[in-house]
Amino acid sequence: MTEEKTHHPEPSYLVDTGKYKGLMAWLTSTDHKRIGLMYMYAMMVFFAVGVILGMIMRIELFYPGQQVYGPQAYNGIFTIHGIIMIFTVVIPGLAAVFGNFSMPIMIGAKDVAFPRLNLFSFYLYILGAAIALASQFMGNGPPDTGWTFYAPYSIQTHTNVVAAVFGAFVLGFSSILTGLNFIVTMHRLRAPGMTFFKMPLFPWSLYATAWIQVLATPIVGITLLMIIAERWLRIGFFDPSLGGDPVLYQHLFWIYSHPAVYIMILPAMGVITEIIPTFAQKKIFGYKAIAISSLAIALVGYFVWAHHMYTSGMSTTARWVFSLLTFLVAVPSAIKVFNWVTTMYKGSISVKPPFLFAIGFIFLFMIGGMTGLSLGALATNIHVHDTAYVVAHFHYIVFGGVGFAFFAAIYYWYPKMYGRMYSFKMANWSFVFLFTGFNLLYFPQFIIGIMGMPRRYFDYLPQFTFGHQLSFFGGLLLVIGFIIMLITLFSKKGAKAPDNPWGGRTFEWTIPSPPPLENFDVMPEMGVNEQPYDYK
Amino acid sequence: MHTESVHITPYRTHAWVLITLLAFTFITITVTWIDLSALTVLIALLIASVKAYIVLTYFMHLKFESSLFRVFVFMVLFIYVLVILFTLSDYLFR
Amino acid sequence: MEHRDDIGAKLGMWVFIFTEILLFGGLFLVYAIMRSSYSTEFHQAAHHLNAFIGTINTVVLLISSATVAMSITAVQKGNNKLAVILLVITLLCAAAFMINKYFEWGHKIHIGLYPGSDLMLTLSHGQVMFFSLYYFMTGLHMFHLVVGGIILTIVLIKVQNGTINEGRYVLLENGGLYWHLVDLIWIFLFPLLYLIT
Repeated sequence: MTEEKTHHPEPSYLVDTGKYKGLMAWLTSTDHKRIGLMYMYAMMVFFAVGVILGMIMRIELFYPGQQVYGPQAYNGIFTIHGIIMIFTVVIPGLAAVFGNFSMPIMIGAKDVAFPRLNLFSFYLYILGAAIALASQFMGNGPPDTGWTFYAPYSIQTHTNVVAAVFGAFVLGFSSILTGLNFIVTMHRLRAPGMTFFKMPLFPWSLYATAWIQVLATPIVGITLLMIIAERWLRIGFFDPSLGGDPVLYQHLFWIYSHPAVYIMILPAMGVITEIIPTFAQKKIFGYKAIAISSLAIALVGYFVWAHHMYTSGMSTTARWVFSLLTFLVAVPSAIKVFNWVTTMYKGSISVKPPFLFAIGFIFLFMIGGMTGLSLGALATNIHVHDTAYVVAHFHYIVFGGVGFAFFAAIYYWYPKMYGRMYSFKMANWSFVFLFTGFNLLYFPQFIIGIMGMPRRYFDYLPQFTFGHQLSFFGGLLLVIGFIIMLITLFSKKGAKAPDNPWGGRTFEWTIPSPPPLENFDVMPEMGVNEQPYDYK
Repeated sequence: MHTESVHITPYRTHAWVLITLLAFTFITITVTWIDLSALTVLIALLIASVKAYIVLTYFMHLKFESSLFRVFVFMVLFIYVLVILFTLSDYLFR
Repeated sequence: MEHRDDIGAKLGMWVFIFTEILLFGGLFLVYAIMRSSYSTEFHQAAHHLNAFIGTINTVVLLISSATVAMSITAVQKGNNKLAVILLVITLLCAAAFMINKYFEWGHKIHIGLYPGSDLMLTLSHGQVMFFSLYYFMTGLHMFHLVVGGIILTIVLIKVQNGTINEGRYVLLENGGLYWHLVDLIWIFLFPLLYLIT
């Protein structure tokens, strides 16, 4: 990988060179870097909405009994909180933002394979999110089914389920097209000499993710269409009074929605795999094991869906089969964790903000993963099914895991995105608040969950009060952490960033910060003896 | 990027493929007249799979594409069959 | 310099076809489950379908698939005129399929056999499931047929004006792939819906 070219005549991608200026130049841009940033801005807005909704729930739960609003409003709020956070934040999440921004550069390409399709996915994303949000204000009030839209309630309730479901359908379509784009990009546009097993590991994780997006999302697409058809035409697939089967809905829904968890977490793992060798200045340990474990997670993760349904009345055979598979999928995940830890061993570690968040990720992901195993075991699952324990578990994965990896990724690639540095001190403070707040918010939920606090309940018994109040204060710390983070990143212009502030070895660190429109002045190549992560 | 040799399927091949497919359609209809009870579905699916294989191989040109495409198709169908089997692990053992 | 990657474009189309296969896959899964629960009722209900119309539509679709495949050969040989004729035949076949379906559905709706109708509510559970699946599956298939028809019409225009030619015809190939997908799905729908009497 060449190290020259600090002086560059090409203008950066942030400068408008096309026919439009300003906002229009962004909205019509097919440049993968701009699209990545647009996803990021949109996601920040949706994330803020989701966080506010979450805090509104915590306020209501501060004391037992009705405080501020009633049960129907509570049902609506946790539903839209779930829809926004799952479908518009964590599922597109890292893949849409950093997959778009970094992946093409990391594999040495000028752009993705289908740049216009990429922009189209972005607009589908916005459209889907808008429809989902509009469900709050149209028809007979906000949907109250939970983000899972379980039948038969979702076909009976009078609230505006159709709009929310249709929004999720459109968002799914956007996700499929992004996945398609990435698969073709990684197959066709890798730099000369970069074989699949020389590709950096973040693209590897995106490759596995893209296949899940392409192969799992259509199933939920058709399922959501069935829900709409149930409501409008009474086709009755999930309606027992017509001969249908509600459990079938759960199967179809989770055939997508469990792999969706891997759509979220795989790119997160990929980001961590980039950050750790960079800040340990050491070659990644077990490159092939990590690459293949991404594919293994994608494949096995496709067949564990029914562990969400142990109490649904499924056959005993299916229960043990899916429990076994659930335990199997823990193996490749653990392989990754061991590889990260081993990479750090004897490395020259510099604890900068991205690294701090990566460590935070490993810690939280471990807790999330381990509690996931206790949920995957049939006997314990029966006791904690649909309790706050489950809520804590999946927040440790999708927020402690994906969220922290997202923050790590922002701190890691921010200098490349904007060509500016940020204050490390402030960034470290944001970590302190986010990490403490996160644990204070969700850890008590494990405990009250085991004590018997059901999820999605608007009211509770007095013995859970203390736990809920701790969670509330944890939530406040988290919000402060976000605000510190936003101030760190966006309040004022930092010092100019060098091309390679962290000493990284992947292609994006060989080009100027911010990159020129077509990324590379000279198209990069990889020699026969070159390997990714070639630190001494 | 059009360096690889282009394979042109002759009209005659397409015609033969069409005739084969029509023949299989005829067979699958005739078979339903014979009562094979439980086997009927299996045979119908088997014939449909053969037809699908022919369409994929010739009409959709898989025979002449790089093996990557065939691997993908196989993988997708494999995953889909597994999904059906795992779902049936619930329904057949209730 | 213009970047062009025909294999990449085709790969993209194939990946899209995979998503379509799994989209229908969800429905075939529902079919498999319902069929295993209500096999005798599915047999009875299938008697109401007209296997003759189904057969005609199968033949029509197979022919249309062959003509699309042949049109690629024609373009590769530089014979755009023949390609246009073959694509027109394909579109005519599509139209014939739609007309057939119109009469088939029209008849059923006329006698009151459609999801949510009063007649449906008097039928047994298995039969309701069969007809719901019949409408949903053939309906979604028809939607794809219409989309495929639109794609092929665009392709037809481009073959006509020479944008698609001997040296560059990946759009035609991709349009063809989509059309074959429509055929592929029908190959499974036909026996599963019409031939289980």
